[in-house]
Amino acid sequence: MDASSLNFIDLSAANIAFLLFVGFVGGMVSGFIGSGGAFVLTPAMMSMGVPGIVAVASNICHKFPKALVGAIKRNKYGHVDVKLGLILGLSAEGGMLYGAGVQQGIKERLGDAGSNLYVSAAFVVVLAIVGTWVMVDAWNLHRRGTSGQEEQTTRLARWVHKVRWMGPRFYSHGAKAHIPWLITLPIGFATGMLAATIAVGGFVGVPAMHYVLGLPSMMASATELVIAFCMGLGGTIKFGWSGYVDVRLAMVILAGSLFGIQLGAIGTTYVKPFMVKVVMAAIMILVLFSRAFIIPVYLSELGWIAPMARDTSALLKQVSFAIMVAALVTGAVIVLGALIKGMREHAREQAVA
Amino acid sequence: MKWIKFLAFGAVVALLYGLLFAYEVDVIRLCKQGGWYVLFPISVAFVISYFHGAFTGMFWDLLGVKAKQSK
Repeated sequence: MDASSLNFIDLSAANIAFLLFVGFVGGMVSGFIGSGGAFVLTPAMMSMGVPGIVAVASNICHKFPKALVGAIKRNKYGHVDVKLGLILGLSAEGGMLYGAGVQQGIKERLGDAGSNLYVSAAFVVVLAIVGTWVMVDAWNLHRRGTSGQEEQTTRLARWVHKVRWMGPRFYSHGAKAHIPWLITLPIGFATGMLAATIAVGGFVGVPAMHYVLGLPSMMASATELVIAFCMGLGGTIKFGWSGYVDVRLAMVILAGSLFGIQLGAIGTTYVKPFMVKVVMAAIMILVLFSRAFIIPVYLSELGWIAPMARDTSALLKQVSFAIMVAALVTGAVIVLGALIKGMREHAREQAVA
Repeated sequence: MKWIKFLAFGAVVALLYGLLFAYEVDVIRLCKQGGWYVLFPISVAFVISYFHGAFTGMFWDLLGVKAKQSK
């Protein structure tokens, strides 16, 4: 598709206000869990009449400066393992290019419905596995009453730190151990591929850095911002080279999201580490349901199941979008609640001292 | 001093966004060019994020929303 044939929409005041709000809420969630705030932006822009590819490209263009600001902020709190983030960012670029190629291939073979089905199925499968894992872990920490203590390094991560046959290793100050380069390749690649597929690579990157590489969850969520910066910059170059980036749209979203990402990053300093897992799991499970509702619509459009009535299809699409917005709002409410509670407790402690 | 810096950064952010929309037609044309013109949206994103990132940080700071401590 030629970029010159695409319409870059007129931005009305209502559209700008809506994008500022969604950007702010999305930014807050991203600042807290490292990613996960941007996935409603593409459908939100498309609902305004922005062509799909321009919406994806502009979303990516707002991500890299947002991730940069978030990473700088959280680096001040000592949360970021910059070296690990850059190493994973490199293989994530490869995963992103490969993921975009897979998307393109499916779109050419099965059209928009096939592409949408692939994206939704990827959401459901990944979130069902990772979301359940993170939720169970957060619940176990809470049940054992260890949610406020230092997190334990998993058995898998301890094995990764000891393994010698995988070739050269490097020191990760986040994991406080040596990590084989080889093990970072599939993690970065999967993060990039997921980012190209569902726009939220952190749903794999953050749990993998925590459970496989042994970073504390707080550091994993912050280091994800470095990976998101690398992927966002690479994605912007890729889409911008073909003329698909509408920088006006990207900067309007960025205006709201930079307020949000600073607040989310500050929030992490007031909560116990397991809260990152709670917020991430809650969002993952809700998004899983959002995507599960829409899968029958795409199956019907492809003719793989019986045709669906237009009203039913429209209803399922609306329910799906509403759950996705609810996922984002739920995450933002938990973050805000934890921030306010943490600040009050801190003020009380200081008053007593 | 804090307020002066905050207002100065706010003014720069307002100016940058003002320019972005005042020259909307040219901005769209440059974005659609593609090729090496990709440096245009990337530069815009870097410049705006520098000033706006600092501005939003000062905004929450002045409101009293500050980080607890380094961990």
